[in-house]
Amino acid sequence: MTKIEAIIQTSKFEAVKNALHDIGVDGMTVLEVRGHGRQKGHTEVYRGREYTVDLIPKIKIEMVLADDMVEKVERTIVNAAQTGKIGDGKIFRSRIDEVIRIRNDERGDNAL
Amino acid sequence: MMTLVRKTCAGRFLVAAVLLVVLTPALRAQPSTGSAMPSDSDRLAKVEQQVADAKTSADNAWMLTSAALVLMMTGPGLALFYGGLVRKKNVLSTMMQSFAMMALISVLWALCSYSLAFGSGTSFIGGFHHLFLKGVGLEPDPIYSATIPQQTFMIYQLMFAIITPALITGAFAERMKFSAMAVFMVLWSFLVYDPMAHMVWGKGGLLNAALGGRFPTLDFAGGTVVHITSGVSALVCAIYLGRRLGYPKQPMPPHSVVLSFVGACLLWVGWFGFNAGSALSAGPLATSAFVTTHLATATGVIGWAGAEWLRNGKASALGAISGAVAGLVAITPASGFVGPMSALVIGLAAGIVCYLMVTRVKMRLGYDDSLDAFGVHGVGGTLGAILTGIFASSVVNPIFKDAKGTVLPSGMIEGNSHQILNQLVGVGVAWIIAIVGTLVILKIVDVTIGLRVSPEHEVQGLDLSQHGEEGYYWDVST
Repeated sequence: MTKIEAIIQTSKFEAVKNALHDIGVDGMTVLEVRGHGRQKGHTEVYRGREYTVDLIPKIKIEMVLADDMVEKVERTIVNAAQTGKIGDGKIFRSRIDEVIRIRNDERGDNAL
Repeated sequence: MMTLVRKTCAGRFLVAAVLLVVLTPALRAQPSTGSAMPSDSDRLAKVEQQVADAKTSADNAWMLTSAALVLMMTGPGLALFYGGLVRKKNVLSTMMQSFAMMALISVLWALCSYSLAFGSGTSFIGGFHHLFLKGVGLEPDPIYSATIPQQTFMIYQLMFAIITPALITGAFAERMKFSAMAVFMVLWSFLVYDPMAHMVWGKGGLLNAALGGRFPTLDFAGGTVVHITSGVSALVCAIYLGRRLGYPKQPMPPHSVVLSFVGACLLWVGWFGFNAGSALSAGPLATSAFVTTHLATATGVIGWAGAEWLRNGKASALGAISGAVAGLVAITPASGFVGPMSALVIGLAAGIVCYLMVTRVKMRLGYDDSLDAFGVHGVGGTLGAILTGIFASSVVNPIFKDAKGTVLPSGMIEGNSHQILNQLVGVGVAWIIAIVGTLVILKIVDVTIGLRVSPEHEVQGLDLSQHGEEGYYWDVST
């Protein structure tokens, strides 16, 4: 099993969610996060005082998938979330040892 | 005036009664006469009484409304305005400082402050004969306002006494103990507000323009009494208490300009009660003050946001609402003395000057007036008081008359250049009483209970450390 963590532009979330739905992904956890990579932040001015906001709001989607779905999901996210500018985000892939469904204690792929 | 009318009426009734007694035998001699028609003088007296009653009803309706509007300026207006400007961890404590004034000052006012401010006394402070509101009833006090009950006048003036100390809280936001704040405000109300209100508006006051003070200062709704005293005291507090921990290195942006926005809009609306209500009647002068207040606020917005736009390339919401408050502050002393075009100029000047004060001068001087109580109220109030002396018009408000009743010029533009000096005296007195009074009180509170919260409490936030609660409680189960 594989975990996909995709950090994307907030404005691209609806597109990504719909695209994933279309290819049959029906489970995900979504977090509102803040952070930055190479994208520069912006400055805000309150009564003449400048504040640099370098932690930019992003959306993080977490999914744990059966291994045969991984490539397809990654391609789908890239296609749906890409604008071609700095700040489009990243996808992280990692191995998952076990999944347990709390309701009935099912394990492994069956619990996904 | 109403007392006078009533007295005359009583006199007429007496005359009528005497006539009735005298004429009764004559009437008896003519038993065929039906019920006697009321005499002309009786009917005239009745009509006069009805006219007076109608005027009282109209004026009283507006003045009670105005009193409520001015209270709304403190809570929720100022509480929201200031509450939004602080960090999340201090929102409740900041709002609470304004709200506490609504309770504390009200009680003081009823017990003794009204007497000290508006009772007759010396040139500097009133006496004690209205202690516990003795003699403050439903009859007017014709010296202040002939048509409204004195209790209306009293409660209306109370709302000013509430908002003035509440304005100061912006300077020491996020770092003063609640207990110290409460004691400070009680003492400040006695030592600074009551004498200043008496001098400008009270019977026999040194600066009272309407009642023949030694240095007649034109202050229609409280430029000196409210804004200079609070703004200058705010500066003294900010310097005495020192900066917030981490200022200016650590970013401290407003946690919710949305709250401040709503607060500022409530202040704008409430200010109609503050300024137009200061006519103390529902007549044309109230209209004039209403119009000037509104126009100056509009140009205040344009002045501040426009200056910001030119310098930063953007007009901010916070800049716009700050400009509105600056315009409101500056037009306050002038509102019942100037015409609409002067109001446009006063508001615009205030928007630009306060913007420069808050953004440039404050940073250069390095004091931490957290929410710019001095930059807006101290500076805007001083500017407004001086501009009042320039723009005051006897056409709008014939306040100065000679012994024969001829109207004399009011402001500098009309030819009364001396008025500028009177305004400067008023401004100077307000500055001095604010600086000295505030320093003395701060020292007293500092050595007795201490002014600042501990550094740990300051980092934790005053909501939790002073009040044991949070503005935005995070409940995981909902």
